[in-house]
Amino acid sequence: MEMQTTLGQPNVVSILFFFLFTLTTLYITYLAAKRTKTASEYYAAGRSITGFQNGLALAGDFMSAASFLGIAGLVALKGYDGLIYSIGFLVGWPIVMFLIAEQLRNLGKYTFADVVAYRLKQKPIRIASSFGSLATVLLYLIAQMVGAGSLVKLLFGLPYELAVVLVGTIMIIYVLFGGMIATTWVQIIKACLLLGGATVLAILTLVKFGFSFNELFSFISEKYGEKRLLPGGLVANPWDAISLGIALMFGTAGLPHILMRFYTVPDAKEARKSVFYATGFIGYFYILTFIIGFGAAAIVGENLIKSIEKGGNMAAPLLAEAVGGTIFLGFIAAVAFATILAVVAGLTLAGAGALSHDLYTNVIKKGKATEEEQVKVARLATLILGILAIFLGIAFKGQNVAFMVGLAFAIAASANFPSLLLSIFWKKISTAGVVAGILTGVTLSVVLIILSPTVWVDIFKNPAPIFPWKNPALISMPASFIMAILVSLLTPEKEAQEKFEEEKVRTYLGVGIE
Amino acid sequence: MKEVLSSPKFQTLMSQKNKVAFALTFIQLLIYYGFIYLLAFKKDFLAIKVTGSIPLGIPLGISVIIFSWLLTGVYTLWANSVYDRLVEEIKREIGKH
Repeated sequence: MEMQTTLGQPNVVSILFFFLFTLTTLYITYLAAKRTKTASEYYAAGRSITGFQNGLALAGDFMSAASFLGIAGLVALKGYDGLIYSIGFLVGWPIVMFLIAEQLRNLGKYTFADVVAYRLKQKPIRIASSFGSLATVLLYLIAQMVGAGSLVKLLFGLPYELAVVLVGTIMIIYVLFGGMIATTWVQIIKACLLLGGATVLAILTLVKFGFSFNELFSFISEKYGEKRLLPGGLVANPWDAISLGIALMFGTAGLPHILMRFYTVPDAKEARKSVFYATGFIGYFYILTFIIGFGAAAIVGENLIKSIEKGGNMAAPLLAEAVGGTIFLGFIAAVAFATILAVVAGLTLAGAGALSHDLYTNVIKKGKATEEEQVKVARLATLILGILAIFLGIAFKGQNVAFMVGLAFAIAASANFPSLLLSIFWKKISTAGVVAGILTGVTLSVVLIILSPTVWVDIFKNPAPIFPWKNPALISMPASFIMAILVSLLTPEKEAQEKFEEEKVRTYLGVGIE
Repeated sequence: MKEVLSSPKFQTLMSQKNKVAFALTFIQLLIYYGFIYLLAFKKDFLAIKVTGSIPLGIPLGISVIIFSWLLTGVYTLWANSVYDRLVEEIKREIGKH
């Protein structure tokens, strides 16, 4: 049985849902703008978000269109390998909880560089950290914008450029006027829509199989062979799998837009709760995408999925149409659009934080900027980054950007995470050590990715890669740690070591937090 | 402040916290890389049928997700009760000085 699809044709329901979502979120932005006057309100929502709300918002920041449409597609076409991928994305969260979240809340103000620079020399640390942050944010942002353009084109039939401009403009309005308060509420609404939509989709799928997993999986193994239910090509090379695992696990603990969210809650207690809720929501969501992916393979069939888009990204919307008709397809398409908007908003705000708080306020102004000035510069940075995102989205049209998310995670794991971890836990860390660690991490990640199969073979069309693994983190993360430690030992900083004792009172007790 | 830092209570607080955090990190690494090890070297084991046509790999993968979440729950419960109570005690003592 071959089904027909209305995907890609303007759908009244999806346009209706899209307008409803946009109007609601713009109204929230209007309300948020009236409450956004100080830097703490702009960057950190005035520290007024509860643990539960932040848990939803964190989940919203993390569940990108790639993890909804992409992983469902991966499961639909490759089976079990899709699950391996989503597990990699989840297991970083406990690490964030145990080693980073509350320390970040207790030591910093707006960006993770606040923590790294706490007892070291402001200027070099801020420059190096914002280099790591901006590299991560921009790569992630390009991947999201290019994805947005192609997805909106597939979902609504809009031209690519128009889609990118539309996403960019609405996102700029959220962040520019509503700052972190608006961004947080957009994330919360999007997370609820996505979790709700995916739940309904999974239930409608299971109905077809009488709520029997056994029936779903026997159908899959009859149709595509038993291999679909077993690990396949993703772990063909175990070292490559371990390297990818390291990037996903520790990269999560180094993503600037995730780390920034911990400043929106009032204290360490709420920071912990927010990771607990976020991990629960994200884990639940990945279990749903697993069901949705297999459901799409069973009900829609891989031929149709591949004929619409060969990467499998349309598996979930096609399944929505098959089990819930055009109305449900419209709803899921609008949810996917909301997902893209919310993620780019979070990324842009984090990038603006690095530009304005780290570089302008703390390097150029040496920490002496008035509240009014800080908010003004933050808004200017948002506008610049937003426009840049639109241009980059259009410039990279049709390019293979799949490596960019992997590279963003590799840089986060091998530049941001080591500097953060060492500055929290190691007394002898020095300014030169952190700078050396960050530079090593970024350089090695970039160079090794270029020499890897994803760029050297897939993009430059060379016959064989110079670096054999798809992800460099297994080399670049340890190298960054070793460099940071060696250089710190060679350049001892007495003042920083003395300050470590005082820092402990703040790290462990939260005395004097903002 | 110096008194607080050198007080046995604060020392215990720090060592307890680090022990719990690093132990849980270690467990999490063990779970995840144990799973990767099975994927890479014990594919036959993952192919064992649990019931009907469901191979062991599927419930095992789902368990990694659920277990990771439970670990964050264990930590939150411990830190928000036991640890925070000690923190409050020490903060009160600082207030007295």
